[in-house]
Amino acid sequence: MGPKILSANWDVPGSHTLDVARSRGTYSRLAKAFSLQPSEITQVVKDSGLRGRGGAGFPTGMKWSFVPSKEKRGGKPVYLLCNADESEPGTFKDRYCMWLDPHLLIEGMIIAAWALDCHTAYIYIRGEFRFIQERLDAAVAEAYAAGLLGKNILGSGFDFDLHVHLGAGAYICGEETALISSLEGEKGQPKLKPPFPAVEGAWKAPTVVNNVETLAAVPWILENGAAAYKALGTEKAPGTKLFSVSGHVNKPGVYEIPMGMPMRQFLDEVCGGVKGGKKLKAIIPGGSSVPVMTADEVDKCSMDYESINANAGSYLGSGGFIVMDETTDMVAALTNLLRFYAHESCGQCTPCREGCGWMYQILCRVRDGYATPEDLGTLRDLADNIHSKTICFFGASAAMPVQSFLTKFRDEFLQRVQRPAGSMTVVASAPIAAGGA
Amino acid sequence: MSHGAAPAASRGPREWSHDQLAKIDVILAKYPTKQSAIMPVLWLAQDDFGWLDLDVMRLVARTLQIPPSHVHAVASFYTMFKKVPTGRYVIDVCQTLSCALVGAEAIIAHLERVLEPDAHGNSKDGLFTLHKVECLASCGSGPMMQVNEHFYEFLTPDSVDQIIHGLRSGNPLPTPRPEANEWQWAPRS
Repeated sequence: MGPKILSANWDVPGSHTLDVARSRGTYSRLAKAFSLQPSEITQVVKDSGLRGRGGAGFPTGMKWSFVPSKEKRGGKPVYLLCNADESEPGTFKDRYCMWLDPHLLIEGMIIAAWALDCHTAYIYIRGEFRFIQERLDAAVAEAYAAGLLGKNILGSGFDFDLHVHLGAGAYICGEETALISSLEGEKGQPKLKPPFPAVEGAWKAPTVVNNVETLAAVPWILENGAAAYKALGTEKAPGTKLFSVSGHVNKPGVYEIPMGMPMRQFLDEVCGGVKGGKKLKAIIPGGSSVPVMTADEVDKCSMDYESINANAGSYLGSGGFIVMDETTDMVAALTNLLRFYAHESCGQCTPCREGCGWMYQILCRVRDGYATPEDLGTLRDLADNIHSKTICFFGASAAMPVQSFLTKFRDEFLQRVQRPAGSMTVVASAPIAAGGA
Repeated sequence: MSHGAAPAASRGPREWSHDQLAKIDVILAKYPTKQSAIMPVLWLAQDDFGWLDLDVMRLVARTLQIPPSHVHAVASFYTMFKKVPTGRYVIDVCQTLSCALVGAEAIIAHLERVLEPDAHGNSKDGLFTLHKVECLASCGSGPMMQVNEHFYEFLTPDSVDQIIHGLRSGNPLPTPRPEANEWQWAPRS
């Protein structure tokens, strides 16, 4: 399946300890980093084509280059924030990056900080990951004791402090401006962009927010060069990506593959195919917020941003790959997701705050057999009027599942609302699919 | 948005111990503003005082020189800050799609049968508080639940019974996964 960049150390015993990490080459890239000018490192990352692995797929080197120069910053510091608020349903890769190889992340953050002229960074980790925070804290302490963090790292003259900040249960804090609000001691509510965080972020200072997986890829890119990274994956989506595989599949788990593998091959050969030999009905390829794909679309797509978008109108997102077999009740599945969005809306923008709850209520009626055909129209209307009409992307993230499920699995929704009056059966307690039974 | 209940009655004014004040100094040194210390100090308070009543929030506000209303706003926004007392073991069972596809409903129904939670999720013996929660990033190993800090995955009614029975008998929490550093899982029967 090609080289392992992010998960190379995962099955090495004690991979989370400094000694083992160093024996595997972690921190060996720092000497090279400090021998280069910061701008040269940003250029390597730009040339590598690395794109943000949190979901948006924005070019990482470009994001770094948006930070104003020292002269233009007027004495303000630069902050680097690692987004470890992994909460997108279907996504569980960063959890293993941090659990099994925390030092690779720290090394990536030191290199990024050197490139950004940043002297203070934070890892924002979701509150439910306290058991991982303990391991991260231990790794950070080991790195400080070894002179890899703190003052004058490895005699380079570079000072860099790294802190771990624990969230407390809010999906929205994975949105970068909400993450910044939360770090500042506010409710985790997103802010309008512009100004973009790279110009005015945490504590009004230039701030770069990068996902765990993104930062963990940086040491390999620096060591092996942009060309070696570009040689993996596709032209527009270079490198490898971690995919979190869940649902009705024989071998769920986290898989690192080069971008561009045919989706069917990934499902059948890497993930062991659909559980129980059942037929595939649908896949959500990039975490719950991206449009759902039908089995036919799966056959046309490969595992990269462009192919999924061109052939299925969906997104690679965070790589949360949710597999649904032929027994799945798509109405119940969508209702489940909308409960999530209704619960997690931060409440700031009216379309999202009111709309997500409203869509969930309608879907409960559809699922339970109380809805009318007009309800489906209202549902579609609501989704269309939430999408792109909110401060952050959460509104669109709630709307896209609704729009895509309604379009691609229309018959299942119509069936639920077109039964003759009086013949409805309440099915709320039925399982979403037979797969777990 | 948090849907937690309003803070319950006061347990009386609180003060920090010397040990806690030392920890708060360490926290404050990490951030350029005192306000940024709200979440870590609320975590510290919750760990030591059990839950966050209004007096604890006032103490946090006074310590960080922040309006109490702001501390309350922050505490109420995040679901993991406890605004009401809970049992000794808080069970957060995931109900989101990936877990639901592999049988979370049956596990939730089983937990509800075993624990008989009241409207606040508390079991009769007061030992447990059951919350149905959204995705905990354990999607490939569902159904799953988090008991206090620990993840328990690939749940079956039997494994749930073992955990609950053990805790009721006064045993410590069993060793959670991922004890074996697993991140890919072969078929399970």
